[in-house]
Amino acid sequence: MNFIDNPGKLRGFEKNIKVEKVSRRSILKGLGITGGFVLAAPVMSRQAFAYETGAGKMPHGVVVDPRVFVAVAPDGTVTILAHRAEMGTGVRTSLPLIVAEEMEADWSRVKVQQAHGDEVKFGNQDTDGSRSTRHYLMPMRQIGASARTMLEQAAAKRWGVPATEVKAVNHEVVHSATSRKLGFGELAADAAKESVPSIEGLKLKDPKDFRYLGKGQVGIVDLHDITTGKARYGADVRLPGMKYAVIARPPVTGGKLVSFDPDAALKVPGVEKVMQVRGWPWPSKFQPLGGVAVIARNTGAAIKGRDALKLTWDDGANGKYDSVAYRKELEEASRKPGLVVRQEGDADAALKGADKIIVGEYYLPHLAHVSMEPPVAVADVKGDKAEIWAPVQSPGGTREDVAKTLGIPEGNVTVNVTLLGGGFGRKSKCDFALEAALLSKELGAPVKVQWTREDDVRHDFLHTVSVERIEAGLDKSGKVIAWRHRSVAPSIASTFAAGANHEAPFELGMGLVDMPFEIANISCENPEAAAFTRIGWFRSVSNIPRAFAVQSMVGEIAHATGRDQKETLLALIGSPRIVKPAVKDMWNYGEPFDSYPIDTARLRKVVELVAEKGEWGRAVAKGHGLGIAVHRSFVSYIATIVEVAVDDKGKLTVPRVDTAIDCGTYVNPERIASQIEGAAIMGLSLAKYGEISFKDGKVEQKNFDDFQVLRMDESPLVTNVYIVPPGPDTPPSGVGEPGVPPFAPALMNAIFAATGKRIRNLPLGKQLEA
Amino acid sequence: MIKVKINGQEQSWDGDPDLPLLWFLRDEAGLTGTKFGCGQALCGACTVIVDKEAVRSCITSINDVAGREVTTIEGLDPNGDHAVQKAWRQVNVPQCGFCQAGQIMQAAALLMDNPKPSHDQIREAMAGNICRCGCYQRIENAVYLASTGV
Repeated sequence: MNFIDNPGKLRGFEKNIKVEKVSRRSILKGLGITGGFVLAAPVMSRQAFAYETGAGKMPHGVVVDPRVFVAVAPDGTVTILAHRAEMGTGVRTSLPLIVAEEMEADWSRVKVQQAHGDEVKFGNQDTDGSRSTRHYLMPMRQIGASARTMLEQAAAKRWGVPATEVKAVNHEVVHSATSRKLGFGELAADAAKESVPSIEGLKLKDPKDFRYLGKGQVGIVDLHDITTGKARYGADVRLPGMKYAVIARPPVTGGKLVSFDPDAALKVPGVEKVMQVRGWPWPSKFQPLGGVAVIARNTGAAIKGRDALKLTWDDGANGKYDSVAYRKELEEASRKPGLVVRQEGDADAALKGADKIIVGEYYLPHLAHVSMEPPVAVADVKGDKAEIWAPVQSPGGTREDVAKTLGIPEGNVTVNVTLLGGGFGRKSKCDFALEAALLSKELGAPVKVQWTREDDVRHDFLHTVSVERIEAGLDKSGKVIAWRHRSVAPSIASTFAAGANHEAPFELGMGLVDMPFEIANISCENPEAAAFTRIGWFRSVSNIPRAFAVQSMVGEIAHATGRDQKETLLALIGSPRIVKPAVKDMWNYGEPFDSYPIDTARLRKVVELVAEKGEWGRAVAKGHGLGIAVHRSFVSYIATIVEVAVDDKGKLTVPRVDTAIDCGTYVNPERIASQIEGAAIMGLSLAKYGEISFKDGKVEQKNFDDFQVLRMDESPLVTNVYIVPPGPDTPPSGVGEPGVPPFAPALMNAIFAATGKRIRNLPLGKQLEA
Repeated sequence: MIKVKINGQEQSWDGDPDLPLLWFLRDEAGLTGTKFGCGQALCGACTVIVDKEAVRSCITSINDVAGREVTTIEGLDPNGDHAVQKAWRQVNVPQCGFCQAGQIMQAAALLMDNPKPSHDQIREAMAGNICRCGCYQRIENAVYLASTGV
């Protein structure tokens, strides 16, 4: 705990820093990332967690220290640091709320302050993987409980009574025997002198006494600012003397600038300078693509100046990337044996002996994130110091990469995290901040680099493109006895290292090798696929194609056997059980299987819950149909029922969506509902329209006219969300991403029910009109 | 010299008359509540009210609004308590919040024109404003709530 009025003096925590060998951002082991010794804060010992998560294995681990996260001012204002990035999930509210809950702070007297990027101080800050609540519920409770204990100890000393006789209640510490009370503000100075209690001895609140957690009564902290235009996003940062820049980048990934003529651009009113930006050869993780920057007094002038540039590019080796041809390659690869990544029983033999084989080949194109706020960053580089303001999901990673790119020590880089106008994985890659840093260094002035929507669509780190081919073998009774799933898709690993042509374990573990059906003979294969553009994380990642294929296939099997979709699904899931990991070191979203097993009882439960609440089997009007799908991802379980209506011209509407989620112990059900409502809309958006395609190495789309996203007049009329009450000690699991994967297959199963048309290729586009 | 009234204050500009109003507001006048989303009037993030009409400031030049009255999210209500803003908070509409200024301005313009819109009219009138987070259900409900009294 520290004072707002004298924070420097109370940063005693540095004393506890010890040198530890910590793995760097080694999400992709050995791929373009160097290991090394770094300074790390003490990482929590595992035993201290009431339940175990993979938090400690993240780069820089977890810091549980109230002196880092909590400050109490003499007037009683409690400031709690939010060290994760806010991109719309509500994390900037949820995590501080946990601290406030445990320390008995009155939420109306709490201020939330955004932490800058410093993982040594704050622990891991990568806001992705639907990890924040699952990794930080317990640490934040411990931080709050530590702060509360220190305040209680300070009060007990002041009154000369045993600490066991006092209790913090709603922003005060009370001694009920003598009816004495002291406000948190009055105790702040003394409490700061108390030693931080050991985690093992902390007394956490009984969940039945929670005022905020699990209640959903608290609005997000930025609500008022957002509705009044005061909320500050990356683009809203303004510094004295700041220049505005836009950059013309090579139209083909890996392309290079041959020549440029700046004359016409320089004649545009407001344009001040045209300069080259350094680019890195592809693949280079998140390093800039390079190009030509136009510097101006405002963004409008910079854009106009860029339009006037004359540019010649060398497209390089990816200049032949063509989505039509590439799709054929993927389809052909999916029809031949590939690298076996999971094998149980003998799928080949069982398929040969099957009474009936159902084959589904599913195609899902590249997707762009198109967060409403295009990438943007402000940098101010002076000598060997750099300060960045940017909407980044990975403040710590940004700090590392800025330091490396500028060749300065990491300690000289400050990364200020603004609000993110959407992220969806795009802003886990800090290329835009690196561009701003390079330009500011060269200009000797603060600079804002603004990406236009066209830049965003054309130079994204795209969701992969994939063919998922499933062959299901049925015996005479209609029971599935064999399952072969081939997944062919360029890997995210290709953005880190050339020649990474197989999917990485974390991609295989998203719905392929962890597929939970109770089938005797299973084979999963991963034929090779080369990448020709930058592939990156997109909300839900490989779960999107996997859930689409697997859950569409369930619908196909139901149809082929004349059975109900839901009954077919439950039969395939099989008995309630803990599924044994089918492969060695199977990816489980970084979590241990002990505390986060694949539990088919929970999978069945969300199916049954959504079926009950969503009135599965209800009579629907002519032209309407119901579809269901379930998927486990980010260690949560989620099932969706979609009702569609298709008119005689093939026009699709979605009257109703029902979703049940089991995300374990939860913090803010109101935000869970908003995430799931949004996931239905994003799910419908990508199923209906989502497609980025390439011709001659260039992205064919440019803006919301040709990369359409769903609008209000076509969004589901109503989305109902049901949250499974957590069992005792059920650890928290992901919410931000899991809603997306089951939507598209539920939609297509519903379309099939309504029309008899099986849609295997995304996006839907005009397929119903044919 | 172009003169324009923004949130009740007279502002002037002697630069490029073709400069989109959006960039004048954000970069020259420092009113960053109005957002850049697409630059082509496709997403509505930049929506402001000119006189009584919702316009996309990204394709409206500063010259187009000369002598007219522009209202941005900062000027919608002195305390941020316009019925639409209050309804937005009551329904907990935003996720990331980036598109919300444009959504709110569009909704405010809709209610000026049609104080009691039906749900279908709301869905149609708001269809030009994209929300990638997918807050549509709540936006629809908030506009309806604002029209019926918060």
